[in-house]
Amino acid sequence: MTDVLDIAVRHRLGDFTLDSSFTSDGRLTALFGSSGSGKTSLVNVIGGLIRPDSGHVRVDGETLVDTERGIYLPKHRRRIGYVFQEARLFPHLTVRQNLLFGHWFVPRAQRKPAELDKVLELLGIGHLLRRRPGALSGGEKQRVAIGRALLAQPRLLLMDEPLAALDEARKAEILPHIERLRDEAGIPIVYVSHALAEVARLATTVAMVENGRVAACGPTADILSRPDLAARPGAPEASTLLSAEVAGFEEAFGLARLTTPAGPLTIARGTLRQGQRIKIRILASDVMLGLGQPAEISALNVLPGTVFEIGERSGTGGSTVHLLIACGEAKLAARLTAKSLALLGLAPGKPVHAVIKSVSVEMP
Amino acid sequence: MRLSLIVATTAMLASLPLGLAVGLLLARGRFWGKSLLDAIVHMPLILPPVVTGYLLLVGFGRRGPIGEFLYDWFGIVLSFRWTGAALACAVMGFPLMVRAIRLSIEAVDRKLESAAGTLGASPLWVFLVVTLPLCLPGIIAGMILCFAKAMGEFGATITFVSNIPGETQTLPSAIYTFTQVPGGDAGAMRLTLISIVISVAALFFSELMARIVGRRIAVE
Repeated sequence: MTDVLDIAVRHRLGDFTLDSSFTSDGRLTALFGSSGSGKTSLVNVIGGLIRPDSGHVRVDGETLVDTERGIYLPKHRRRIGYVFQEARLFPHLTVRQNLLFGHWFVPRAQRKPAELDKVLELLGIGHLLRRRPGALSGGEKQRVAIGRALLAQPRLLLMDEPLAALDEARKAEILPHIERLRDEAGIPIVYVSHALAEVARLATTVAMVENGRVAACGPTADILSRPDLAARPGAPEASTLLSAEVAGFEEAFGLARLTTPAGPLTIARGTLRQGQRIKIRILASDVMLGLGQPAEISALNVLPGTVFEIGERSGTGGSTVHLLIACGEAKLAARLTAKSLALLGLAPGKPVHAVIKSVSVEMP
Repeated sequence: MRLSLIVATTAMLASLPLGLAVGLLLARGRFWGKSLLDAIVHMPLILPPVVTGYLLLVGFGRRGPIGEFLYDWFGIVLSFRWTGAALACAVMGFPLMVRAIRLSIEAVDRKLESAAGTLGASPLWVFLVVTLPLCLPGIIAGMILCFAKAMGEFGATITFVSNIPGETQTLPSAIYTFTQVPGGDAGAMRLTLISIVISVAALFFSELMARIVGRRIAVE
Protein backbone atom coordinates (compact mmCIF):
# COMPACT_ATOMS: atom_id res chain seq x y z
CA MET A 1 0.00 0.00 0.00
CA THR A 2 1.32 3.45 -0.86
CA ASP A 3 1.65 6.00 1.88
CA VAL A 4 -0.87 8.78 2.06
CA LEU A 5 1.98 11.24 2.41
CA ASP A 6 5.51 10.95 1.17
CA ILE A 7 7.48 14.14 1.55
CA ALA A 8 11.15 15.02 1.27
CA VAL A 9 11.96 18.67 0.66
CA ARG A 10 14.75 21.18 1.04
CA HIS A 11 14.09 24.88 0.98
CA ARG A 12 16.01 27.93 2.15
CA LEU A 13 14.11 30.86 3.65
CA GLY A 14 16.66 33.47 4.63
CA ASP A 15 18.69 32.01 7.48
CA PHE A 16 16.26 29.18 7.98
CA THR A 17 16.62 25.91 6.14
CA LEU A 18 13.73 23.53 5.81
CA ASP A 19 15.07 20.03 5.27
CA SER A 20 12.33 17.59 6.08
CA SER A 21 11.34 14.15 5.00
CA PHE A 22 8.69 11.84 6.34
CA THR A 23 6.03 9.41 5.25
CA SER A 24 2.71 8.80 6.92
CA ASP A 25 -0.36 6.69 6.31
CA GLY A 26 -2.30 7.98 9.29
CA ARG A 27 -5.79 9.43 9.09
CA LEU A 28 -4.60 12.50 10.96
CA THR A 29 -0.92 13.31 10.87
CA ALA A 30 0.11 16.00 13.32
CA LEU A 31 3.12 18.16 12.56
CA PHE A 32 4.14 18.93 16.08
CA GLY A 33 6.84 21.33 17.26
CA SER A 34 7.48 24.69 18.84
CA SER A 35 6.77 27.98 17.03
CA GLY A 36 9.36 28.78 14.39
CA SER A 37 10.29 25.13 13.92
CA GLY A 38 9.13 25.18 10.30
CA LYS A 39 5.78 23.42 10.62
CA THR A 40 3.89 26.05 8.68
CA SER A 41 6.55 26.22 5.96
CA LEU A 42 6.29 22.47 5.56
CA VAL A 43 2.52 22.64 5.22
CA ASN A 44 2.86 25.51 2.74
CA VAL A 45 5.12 23.33 0.64
CA ILE A 46 2.49 20.57 0.63
CA GLY A 47 -0.29 23.04 -0.18
CA GLY A 48 1.67 24.72 -2.97
CA LEU A 49 2.17 28.11 -1.32
CA ILE A 50 5.93 27.62 -1.22
CA ARG A 51 7.87 26.19 -4.11
CA PRO A 52 10.69 24.10 -2.57
CA ASP A 53 14.26 24.38 -3.87
CA SER A 54 14.46 20.62 -4.23
CA GLY A 55 12.66 17.47 -3.22
CA HIS A 56 9.34 15.76 -3.78
CA VAL A 57 5.79 15.80 -2.43
CA ARG A 58 3.55 12.80 -3.06
CA VAL A 59 0.00 12.43 -1.88
CA ASP A 60 -1.82 9.11 -2.24
CA GLY A 61 0.84 7.95 -4.68
CA GLU A 62 0.42 10.97 -6.97
CA THR A 63 3.44 13.20 -7.42
CA LEU A 64 2.63 16.89 -6.87
CA VAL A 65 6.21 18.13 -6.77
CA ASP A 66 9.37 16.45 -7.97
CA THR A 67 12.15 18.89 -8.73
CA GLU A 68 14.34 16.22 -10.33
CA ARG A 69 11.66 15.31 -12.84
CA GLY A 70 10.62 18.94 -13.25
CA ILE A 71 7.12 18.41 -11.88
CA TYR A 72 5.42 21.26 -10.06
CA LEU A 73 1.66 21.34 -9.79
CA PRO A 74 0.32 24.84 -8.98
CA LYS A 75 -1.83 25.12 -5.87
CA HIS A 76 -5.14 25.43 -7.66
CA ARG A 77 -4.64 22.08 -9.40
CA ARG A 78 -3.59 20.08 -6.34
CA ARG A 79 -7.00 19.50 -4.79
CA ILE A 80 -5.59 20.04 -1.32
CA GLY A 81 -7.86 21.80 1.14
CA TYR A 82 -6.17 24.31 3.43
CA VAL A 83 -7.62 25.62 6.68
CA PHE A 84 -5.56 28.57 7.87
CA GLN A 85 -4.96 29.82 11.36
CA GLU A 86 -7.13 32.85 10.61
CA ALA A 87 -10.23 31.66 8.79
CA ARG A 88 -9.52 33.77 5.67
CA LEU A 89 -13.17 33.86 4.64
CA PHE A 90 -14.02 36.12 1.71
CA PRO A 91 -15.60 39.22 3.27
CA HIS A 92 -17.55 40.13 0.13
CA LEU A 93 -19.39 36.81 0.00
CA THR A 94 -22.05 35.26 2.24
CA VAL A 95 -21.32 32.15 4.27
CA ARG A 96 -23.13 30.09 1.66
CA GLN A 97 -21.07 31.60 -1.18
CA ASN A 98 -17.89 31.10 0.84
CA LEU A 99 -18.74 27.46 1.43
CA LEU A 100 -19.48 26.83 -2.23
CA PHE A 101 -16.47 28.78 -3.50
CA GLY A 102 -14.24 25.76 -3.96
CA HIS A 103 -17.20 23.66 -5.11
CA TRP A 104 -17.55 25.79 -8.26
CA PHE A 105 -14.05 24.91 -9.32
CA VAL A 106 -14.53 21.16 -9.05
CA PRO A 107 -15.01 19.77 -12.55
CA ARG A 108 -18.73 19.21 -13.13
CA ALA A 109 -18.34 15.47 -13.71
CA GLN A 110 -16.70 14.97 -10.31
CA ARG A 111 -19.06 17.14 -8.28
CA LYS A 112 -20.98 15.40 -5.56
CA PRO A 113 -24.23 17.36 -5.23
CA ALA A 114 -25.23 16.09 -1.77
CA GLU A 115 -22.00 17.24 -0.15
CA LEU A 116 -23.28 20.59 1.16
CA ASP A 117 -25.93 19.09 3.44
CA LYS A 118 -23.45 16.56 4.77
CA VAL A 119 -20.86 19.22 5.57
CA LEU A 120 -23.44 21.55 7.15
CA GLU A 121 -24.57 18.71 9.38
CA LEU A 122 -21.03 17.58 10.20
CA LEU A 123 -19.94 21.06 11.28
CA GLY A 124 -23.24 22.33 12.63
CA ILE A 125 -23.28 25.51 10.55
CA GLY A 126 -26.60 25.19 8.73
CA HIS A 127 -28.07 28.23 10.50
CA LEU A 128 -25.28 30.56 9.34
CA LEU A 129 -25.74 30.27 5.57
CA ARG A 130 -27.20 33.74 4.91
CA ARG A 131 -24.83 35.67 7.14
CA ARG A 132 -21.66 37.42 6.13
CA PRO A 133 -18.28 36.49 7.61
CA GLY A 134 -18.12 39.81 9.48
CA ALA A 135 -21.07 38.75 11.63
CA LEU A 136 -19.62 35.41 12.77
CA SER A 137 -17.77 34.51 15.97
CA GLY A 138 -14.23 33.16 15.78
CA GLY A 139 -15.34 29.57 16.25
CA GLU A 140 -18.07 29.87 13.63
CA LYS A 141 -15.67 31.40 11.12
CA GLN A 142 -13.23 28.55 11.61
CA ARG A 143 -15.97 25.95 11.11
CA VAL A 144 -17.09 27.69 7.92
CA ALA A 145 -13.46 27.70 6.75
CA ILE A 146 -13.24 23.95 7.38
CA GLY A 147 -16.49 23.41 5.49
CA ARG A 148 -15.27 25.54 2.60
CA ALA A 149 -12.11 23.45 2.32
CA LEU A 150 -14.10 20.21 2.48
CA LEU A 151 -16.54 21.26 -0.24
CA ALA A 152 -13.67 21.70 -2.68
CA GLN A 153 -13.55 17.88 -2.46
CA PRO A 154 -9.87 17.70 -1.54
CA ARG A 155 -7.85 14.52 -1.42
CA LEU A 156 -5.95 15.89 1.58
CA LEU A 157 -6.87 18.48 4.16
CA LEU A 158 -4.21 20.74 5.68
CA MET A 159 -5.00 22.47 8.95
CA ASP A 160 -2.49 25.03 10.17
CA GLU A 161 -3.13 25.64 13.88
CA PRO A 162 -6.84 26.13 13.24
CA LEU A 163 -7.51 26.56 16.95
CA ALA A 164 -4.56 28.75 17.92
CA ALA A 165 -6.46 32.03 17.61
CA LEU A 166 -9.42 30.82 19.65
CA ASP A 167 -10.14 30.80 23.37
CA GLU A 168 -10.64 27.58 25.34
CA ALA A 169 -14.41 27.56 25.01
CA ARG A 170 -14.23 27.92 21.21
CA LYS A 171 -11.60 25.20 21.01
CA ALA A 172 -13.84 22.86 22.93
CA GLU A 173 -16.60 23.75 20.46
CA ILE A 174 -14.53 22.79 17.41
CA LEU A 175 -12.48 19.82 18.59
CA PRO A 176 -15.37 17.29 18.40
CA HIS A 177 -16.03 18.42 14.82
CA ILE A 178 -12.43 17.75 13.86
CA GLU A 179 -12.66 14.33 15.49
CA ARG A 180 -15.76 13.50 13.48
CA LEU A 181 -14.03 14.76 10.37
CA ARG A 182 -11.10 12.44 11.02
CA ASP A 183 -13.35 9.44 11.64
CA GLU A 184 -16.14 10.02 9.12
CA ALA A 185 -15.06 12.14 6.16
CA GLY A 186 -12.44 9.72 4.85
CA ILE A 187 -10.05 12.52 3.89
CA PRO A 188 -6.55 12.27 5.36
CA ILE A 189 -5.64 15.33 7.42
CA VAL A 190 -2.34 17.03 8.15
CA TYR A 191 -2.73 19.02 11.34
CA VAL A 192 -0.16 21.57 12.48
CA SER A 193 -0.01 22.32 16.19
CA HIS A 194 2.27 23.22 19.04
CA ALA A 195 -0.31 22.22 21.66
CA LEU A 196 0.38 18.81 23.14
CA ALA A 197 -3.19 18.30 24.31
CA GLU A 198 -4.62 18.80 20.80
CA VAL A 199 -2.08 16.46 19.26
CA ALA A 200 -2.63 13.77 21.91
CA ARG A 201 -6.34 13.96 21.37
CA LEU A 202 -6.53 14.15 17.60
CA ALA A 203 -3.49 12.63 15.96
CA THR A 204 -3.06 9.04 14.82
CA THR A 205 0.47 9.80 13.59
CA VAL A 206 2.87 12.44 14.84
CA ALA A 207 5.79 14.01 13.01
CA MET A 208 7.98 16.00 15.41
CA VAL A 209 9.34 19.08 13.65
CA GLU A 210 12.47 20.72 14.99
CA ASN A 211 14.56 23.43 13.31
CA GLY A 212 13.15 22.65 9.91
CA ARG A 213 13.72 18.90 10.23
CA VAL A 214 11.39 16.07 11.03
CA ALA A 215 13.08 14.61 14.11
CA ALA A 216 10.79 11.62 14.41
CA CYS A 217 7.60 10.28 12.89
CA GLY A 218 5.39 7.46 14.08
CA PRO A 219 2.21 6.45 15.92
CA THR A 220 1.15 9.12 18.41
CA ALA A 221 1.51 7.07 21.61
CA ASP A 222 5.04 5.93 20.67
CA ILE A 223 6.30 9.39 19.78
CA LEU A 224 4.87 11.14 22.82
CA SER A 225 6.45 8.70 25.29
CA ARG A 226 9.90 8.36 23.72
CA PRO A 227 12.61 9.32 26.22
CA ASP A 228 15.11 10.39 23.56
CA LEU A 229 12.63 12.92 22.10
CA ALA A 230 11.65 14.31 25.47
CA ALA A 231 15.35 14.82 26.30
CA ARG A 232 15.77 17.33 23.47
CA PRO A 233 15.98 20.99 24.44
CA GLY A 234 12.67 22.73 24.00
CA ALA A 235 10.77 19.46 23.54
CA PRO A 236 7.51 19.06 25.42
CA GLU A 237 7.43 16.75 28.37
CA ALA A 238 6.91 13.08 27.54
CA SER A 239 3.53 11.55 28.27
CA THR A 240 1.77 8.23 27.94
CA LEU A 241 -1.37 7.78 25.85
CA LEU A 242 -3.56 4.82 26.74
CA SER A 243 -6.89 3.65 25.45
CA ALA A 244 -9.14 2.71 28.33
CA GLU A 245 -12.57 1.27 28.99
CA VAL A 246 -14.84 2.21 31.85
CA ALA A 247 -15.25 -1.05 33.81
CA GLY A 248 -17.25 0.10 36.81
CA PHE A 249 -17.81 2.73 39.44
CA GLU A 250 -17.16 3.26 43.13
CA GLU A 251 -20.35 5.13 43.85
CA ALA A 252 -19.44 6.02 47.43
CA PHE A 253 -16.41 8.02 46.32
CA GLY A 254 -17.56 9.19 42.88
CA LEU A 255 -14.82 7.27 41.13
CA ALA A 256 -14.63 5.23 37.94
CA ARG A 257 -12.55 2.08 37.47
CA LEU A 258 -10.79 1.79 34.11
CA THR A 259 -9.17 -1.17 32.44
CA THR A 260 -6.14 -0.14 30.39
CA PRO A 261 -3.33 -2.06 28.67
CA ALA A 262 -1.08 -0.92 31.51
CA GLY A 263 -3.36 -2.25 34.24
CA PRO A 264 -6.43 -1.08 36.21
CA LEU A 265 -6.70 2.62 37.05
CA THR A 266 -9.15 4.61 39.16
CA ILE A 267 -10.09 8.15 38.21
CA ALA A 268 -12.75 10.70 39.04
CA ARG A 269 -16.05 9.63 37.56
CA GLY A 270 -16.97 12.88 35.86
CA THR A 271 -19.50 12.21 33.11
CA LEU A 272 -18.19 8.76 32.17
CA ARG A 273 -20.61 5.98 31.31
CA GLN A 274 -20.31 2.24 31.88
CA GLY A 275 -18.45 0.52 29.02
CA GLN A 276 -17.36 3.82 27.42
CA ARG A 277 -14.07 3.75 25.54
CA ILE A 278 -11.83 6.73 26.24
CA LYS A 279 -8.30 7.91 25.78
CA ILE A 280 -6.23 8.92 28.78
CA ARG A 281 -2.94 10.71 29.06
CA ILE A 282 -0.41 10.52 31.88
CA LEU A 283 2.36 13.12 32.05
CA ALA A 284 5.82 11.69 32.71
CA SER A 285 6.24 14.06 35.67
CA ASP A 286 3.07 12.64 37.26
CA VAL A 287 4.69 9.21 37.58
CA MET A 288 6.77 8.35 40.66
CA LEU A 289 8.80 5.17 40.97
CA GLY A 290 9.34 2.96 44.01
CA LEU A 291 11.30 -0.25 44.40
CA GLY A 292 8.90 -2.04 46.72
CA GLN A 293 5.11 -1.99 46.85
CA PRO A 294 4.52 1.46 48.37
CA ALA A 295 2.28 1.27 51.41
CA GLU A 296 0.16 3.91 53.11
CA ILE A 297 0.33 6.61 50.43
CA SER A 298 -2.46 8.80 49.10
CA ALA A 299 -2.14 7.85 45.44
CA LEU A 300 -4.73 5.29 44.32
CA ASN A 301 -3.01 4.12 41.18
CA VAL A 302 0.06 1.97 41.59
CA LEU A 303 1.12 -0.29 38.72
CA PRO A 304 3.88 -2.91 38.88
CA GLY A 305 6.32 -3.03 35.96
CA THR A 306 9.94 -3.26 34.91
CA VAL A 307 12.32 -0.58 33.67
CA PHE A 308 12.36 -0.84 29.89
CA GLU A 309 14.53 2.02 28.72
CA ILE A 310 16.48 4.85 30.33
CA GLY A 311 17.00 8.00 28.33
CA GLU A 312 19.89 10.47 28.26
CA ARG A 313 20.22 13.02 31.04
CA SER A 314 18.68 16.35 30.06
CA GLY A 315 17.60 19.69 31.45
CA THR A 316 19.96 22.29 32.94
CA GLY A 317 23.03 20.56 34.29
CA GLY A 318 21.67 17.18 33.22
CA SER A 319 19.34 17.02 36.20
CA THR A 320 16.48 15.14 34.56
CA VAL A 321 16.06 11.63 33.10
CA HIS A 322 13.15 10.19 31.15
CA LEU A 323 12.41 6.48 31.44
CA LEU A 324 10.03 3.98 29.93
CA ILE A 325 8.45 1.45 32.27
CA ALA A 326 6.90 -1.71 30.82
CA CYS A 327 3.57 -2.11 32.62
CA GLY A 328 1.36 -4.91 31.33
CA GLU A 329 1.17 -4.49 27.56
CA ALA A 330 1.91 -0.77 27.64
CA LYS A 331 4.92 1.39 28.26
CA LEU A 332 4.66 4.21 30.72
CA ALA A 333 6.81 7.33 30.41
CA ALA A 334 8.24 8.62 33.68
CA ARG A 335 10.44 11.58 34.54
CA LEU A 336 12.84 11.47 37.47
CA THR A 337 15.80 13.46 38.67
CA ALA A 338 19.15 11.93 37.83
CA LYS A 339 19.80 11.71 41.57
CA SER A 340 16.72 9.53 42.20
CA LEU A 341 17.79 7.29 39.36
CA ALA A 342 21.19 6.81 40.99
CA LEU A 343 19.78 6.36 44.53
CA LEU A 344 17.36 3.66 43.40
CA GLY A 345 20.01 2.03 41.24
CA LEU A 346 17.57 1.74 38.34
CA ALA A 347 18.65 -0.26 35.29
CA PRO A 348 16.75 -1.87 32.41
CA GLY A 349 14.96 -5.02 33.56
CA LYS A 350 14.70 -3.95 37.21
CA PRO A 351 11.20 -4.40 38.70
CA VAL A 352 9.58 -1.19 39.99
CA HIS A 353 6.21 0.16 41.06
CA ALA A 354 4.89 3.19 39.23
CA VAL A 355 2.82 5.57 41.33
CA ILE A 356 0.55 7.65 39.13
CA LYS A 357 -0.40 10.98 40.62
CA SER A 358 -2.81 12.21 38.01
CA VAL A 359 -4.53 11.09 34.83
CA SER A 360 -6.16 13.35 32.25
CA VAL A 361 -9.03 12.17 30.08
CA GLU A 362 -8.44 13.25 26.49
CA MET A 363 -11.59 12.04 24.82
CA PRO A 364 -14.69 11.95 26.95
CA MET B 1 -22.40 71.20 -21.66
CA ARG B 2 -23.61 67.88 -23.13
CA LEU B 3 -20.33 67.69 -24.96
CA SER B 4 -18.47 68.12 -21.70
CA LEU B 5 -20.30 65.18 -20.16
CA ILE B 6 -19.67 63.00 -23.19
CA VAL B 7 -16.00 63.94 -23.24
CA ALA B 8 -15.56 63.28 -19.52
CA THR B 9 -17.47 60.00 -19.59
CA THR B 10 -15.55 58.78 -22.63
CA ALA B 11 -12.28 59.76 -21.01
CA MET B 12 -13.22 57.90 -17.85
CA LEU B 13 -14.41 54.71 -19.54
CA ALA B 14 -11.60 54.62 -22.08
CA SER B 15 -8.92 54.90 -19.46
CA LEU B 16 -10.51 52.35 -17.12
CA PRO B 17 -9.10 49.13 -18.67
CA LEU B 18 -5.66 50.62 -19.09
CA GLY B 19 -5.86 52.16 -15.62
CA LEU B 20 -6.70 48.76 -14.14
CA ALA B 21 -3.85 47.13 -16.00
CA VAL B 22 -1.30 49.76 -15.02
CA GLY B 23 -2.61 49.87 -11.43
CA LEU B 24 -2.23 46.09 -11.18
CA LEU B 25 1.21 46.21 -12.73
CA LEU B 26 2.40 48.90 -10.34
CA ALA B 27 0.82 47.24 -7.30
CA ARG B 28 1.91 43.68 -7.97
CA GLY B 29 4.48 43.64 -10.73
CA ARG B 30 8.19 43.39 -10.12
CA PHE B 31 10.08 44.33 -13.22
CA TRP B 32 12.84 46.48 -14.47
CA GLY B 33 11.70 50.04 -15.19
CA LYS B 34 8.80 49.98 -12.77
CA SER B 35 9.71 53.33 -11.32
CA LEU B 36 10.07 54.69 -14.85
CA LEU B 37 6.52 53.58 -15.67
CA ASP B 38 5.39 55.10 -12.39
CA ALA B 39 7.05 58.40 -13.31
CA ILE B 40 5.55 58.46 -16.82
CA VAL B 41 2.06 57.77 -15.49
CA HIS B 42 2.37 60.57 -12.98
CA MET B 43 3.88 63.03 -15.42
CA PRO B 44 0.62 64.74 -16.41
CA LEU B 45 -0.04 65.44 -12.74
CA ILE B 46 3.19 67.36 -12.33
CA LEU B 47 3.70 69.00 -15.73
CA PRO B 48 1.80 72.19 -16.50
CA PRO B 49 -1.34 71.10 -18.41
CA VAL B 50 -0.35 73.31 -21.33
CA VAL B 51 2.86 71.32 -21.70
CA THR B 52 0.91 68.06 -21.74
CA GLY B 53 -1.46 69.52 -24.32
CA TYR B 54 1.44 70.68 -26.47
CA LEU B 55 3.09 67.22 -26.26
CA LEU B 56 -0.20 65.66 -27.33
CA LEU B 57 -0.41 68.10 -30.23
CA VAL B 58 3.09 67.20 -31.30
CA GLY B 59 2.51 63.48 -30.92
CA PHE B 60 -1.11 63.04 -31.98
CA GLY B 61 -1.50 65.96 -34.41
CA ARG B 62 -2.13 65.14 -38.08
CA ARG B 63 1.59 65.51 -38.78
CA GLY B 64 2.72 64.02 -35.45
CA PRO B 65 4.21 60.52 -35.53
CA ILE B 66 1.29 58.83 -33.78
CA GLY B 67 -1.40 61.04 -35.29
CA GLU B 68 -0.14 60.37 -38.78
CA PHE B 69 -0.10 56.62 -38.15
CA LEU B 70 -3.66 56.68 -36.81
CA TYR B 71 -4.89 58.74 -39.78
CA ASP B 72 -3.15 56.64 -42.44
CA TRP B 73 -4.22 53.27 -41.05
CA PHE B 74 -7.54 53.91 -39.38
CA GLY B 75 -8.59 57.33 -40.64
CA ILE B 76 -8.77 58.58 -37.07
CA VAL B 77 -8.16 62.24 -36.47
CA LEU B 78 -7.83 63.41 -32.90
CA SER B 79 -6.61 66.97 -33.11
CA PHE B 80 -9.35 69.61 -33.05
CA ARG B 81 -12.04 66.94 -32.58
CA TRP B 82 -14.05 65.99 -29.50
CA THR B 83 -12.25 62.64 -29.44
CA GLY B 84 -9.05 64.60 -29.01
CA ALA B 85 -10.60 66.47 -26.10
CA ALA B 86 -11.47 63.11 -24.57
CA LEU B 87 -7.90 61.93 -25.08
CA ALA B 88 -6.50 65.02 -23.39
CA CYS B 89 -8.90 64.62 -20.48
CA ALA B 90 -8.09 60.92 -20.20
CA VAL B 91 -4.37 61.59 -20.09
CA MET B 92 -4.84 64.24 -17.42
CA GLY B 93 -7.15 62.09 -15.30
CA PHE B 94 -5.16 58.87 -15.76
CA PRO B 95 -2.65 59.36 -12.92
CA LEU B 96 -5.45 59.98 -10.43
CA MET B 97 -7.27 56.84 -11.51
CA VAL B 98 -4.15 54.68 -11.48
CA ARG B 99 -3.23 55.95 -8.02
CA ALA B 100 -6.59 55.07 -6.52
CA ILE B 101 -6.68 51.65 -8.17
CA ARG B 102 -3.13 50.84 -7.23
CA LEU B 103 -3.66 51.72 -3.58
CA SER B 104 -6.81 49.63 -3.38
CA ILE B 105 -5.14 46.62 -5.01
CA GLU B 106 -2.25 46.92 -2.60
CA ALA B 107 -4.73 46.94 0.26
CA VAL B 108 -6.26 43.59 -0.77
CA ASP B 109 -5.12 40.82 1.56
CA ARG B 110 -2.87 38.46 -0.38
CA LYS B 111 -3.77 35.76 2.11
CA LEU B 112 -7.31 35.73 0.79
CA GLU B 113 -5.96 35.25 -2.70
CA SER B 114 -3.81 32.30 -1.70
CA ALA B 115 -6.80 30.83 0.15
CA ALA B 116 -8.80 31.10 -3.08
CA GLY B 117 -5.95 29.37 -4.90
CA THR B 118 -5.99 26.38 -2.56
CA LEU B 119 -9.72 26.11 -3.23
CA GLY B 120 -9.03 25.45 -6.88
CA ALA B 121 -9.31 28.93 -8.40
CA SER B 122 -6.76 29.69 -11.13
CA PRO B 123 -4.96 33.05 -10.93
CA LEU B 124 -7.36 34.62 -13.45
CA TRP B 125 -10.40 33.48 -11.46
CA VAL B 126 -8.80 34.66 -8.23
CA PHE B 127 -8.44 38.11 -9.78
CA LEU B 128 -12.01 38.17 -11.08
CA VAL B 129 -13.86 36.85 -8.04
CA VAL B 130 -11.64 37.92 -5.14
CA THR B 131 -9.25 40.76 -5.99
CA LEU B 132 -11.56 42.78 -8.24
CA PRO B 133 -14.61 42.78 -5.94
CA LEU B 134 -12.46 43.63 -2.95
CA CYS B 135 -10.90 46.67 -4.60
CA LEU B 136 -14.15 47.87 -6.15
CA PRO B 137 -14.40 50.90 -3.83
CA GLY B 138 -10.95 52.02 -4.97
CA ILE B 139 -11.84 51.52 -8.61
CA ILE B 140 -15.01 53.58 -8.19
CA ALA B 141 -13.09 56.30 -6.40
CA GLY B 142 -10.55 56.30 -9.24
CA MET B 143 -13.28 56.59 -11.85
CA ILE B 144 -14.92 59.50 -10.05
CA LEU B 145 -11.59 61.30 -9.65
CA CYS B 146 -10.84 60.79 -13.32
CA PHE B 147 -14.31 62.03 -14.29
CA ALA B 148 -13.97 65.10 -12.10
CA LYS B 149 -10.56 65.88 -13.51
CA ALA B 150 -11.89 65.41 -17.05
CA MET B 151 -14.82 67.77 -16.38
CA GLY B 152 -12.51 70.49 -15.19
CA GLU B 153 -9.65 69.96 -17.60
CA PHE B 154 -8.79 73.16 -19.44
CA GLY B 155 -5.11 73.69 -20.20
CA ALA B 156 -4.28 70.50 -22.07
CA THR B 157 -7.61 70.48 -23.90
CA ILE B 158 -7.41 74.02 -25.20
CA THR B 159 -3.81 73.52 -26.29
CA PHE B 160 -4.41 70.20 -28.04
CA VAL B 161 -7.85 70.64 -29.61
CA SER B 162 -8.44 74.38 -29.21
CA ASN B 163 -11.84 75.82 -28.35
CA ILE B 164 -14.24 75.09 -31.18
CA PRO B 165 -17.91 75.57 -30.21
CA GLY B 166 -19.89 72.36 -30.73
CA GLU B 167 -16.80 70.27 -31.37
CA THR B 168 -14.20 70.77 -28.68
CA GLN B 169 -15.64 73.47 -26.47
CA THR B 170 -15.91 71.87 -23.03
CA LEU B 171 -17.52 73.51 -20.02
CA PRO B 172 -14.39 75.25 -18.72
CA SER B 173 -13.44 76.57 -22.15
CA ALA B 174 -16.98 77.80 -22.67
CA ILE B 175 -16.87 79.66 -19.38
CA TYR B 176 -13.52 81.09 -20.36
CA THR B 177 -14.97 82.24 -23.68
CA PHE B 178 -17.88 83.97 -21.95
CA THR B 179 -15.55 85.84 -19.65
CA GLN B 180 -13.60 87.10 -22.65
CA VAL B 181 -16.57 88.80 -24.32
CA PRO B 182 -18.45 91.86 -23.01
CA GLY B 183 -21.78 90.95 -21.41
CA GLY B 184 -20.90 87.31 -21.05
CA ASP B 185 -21.23 87.36 -17.28
CA ALA B 186 -24.71 85.86 -17.25
CA GLY B 187 -23.66 83.00 -19.52
CA ALA B 188 -20.55 82.34 -17.47
CA MET B 189 -22.59 82.30 -14.28
CA ARG B 190 -25.10 79.87 -15.80
CA LEU B 191 -22.36 77.47 -16.82
CA THR B 192 -20.69 77.85 -13.44
CA LEU B 193 -23.91 76.83 -11.69
CA ILE B 194 -24.23 73.86 -14.02
CA SER B 195 -20.72 72.68 -13.24
CA ILE B 196 -21.37 73.04 -9.52
CA VAL B 197 -24.47 70.88 -9.88
CA ILE B 198 -22.59 68.23 -11.87
CA SER B 199 -19.72 68.17 -9.37
CA VAL B 200 -22.03 67.83 -6.39
CA ALA B 201 -24.00 65.10 -8.16
CA ALA B 202 -20.81 63.20 -9.00
CA LEU B 203 -19.58 63.43 -5.42
CA PHE B 204 -22.94 62.33 -4.09
CA PHE B 205 -23.05 59.42 -6.49
CA SER B 206 -19.57 58.26 -5.54
CA GLU B 207 -20.43 58.45 -1.84
CA LEU B 208 -23.52 56.38 -2.48
CA MET B 209 -21.62 53.76 -4.45
CA ALA B 210 -18.89 53.61 -1.84
CA ARG B 211 -21.44 53.09 0.90
CA ILE B 212 -23.26 50.31 -0.95
CA VAL B 213 -20.04 48.51 -1.78
CA GLY B 214 -18.57 49.15 1.66
CA ARG B 215 -21.58 47.61 3.34
CA ARG B 216 -21.27 44.53 1.19
CA ILE B 217 -17.64 43.92 2.03
CA ALA B 218 -17.69 45.02 5.65
CA VAL B 219 -14.23 44.25 6.91
CA GLU B 220 -14.02 41.32 9.31
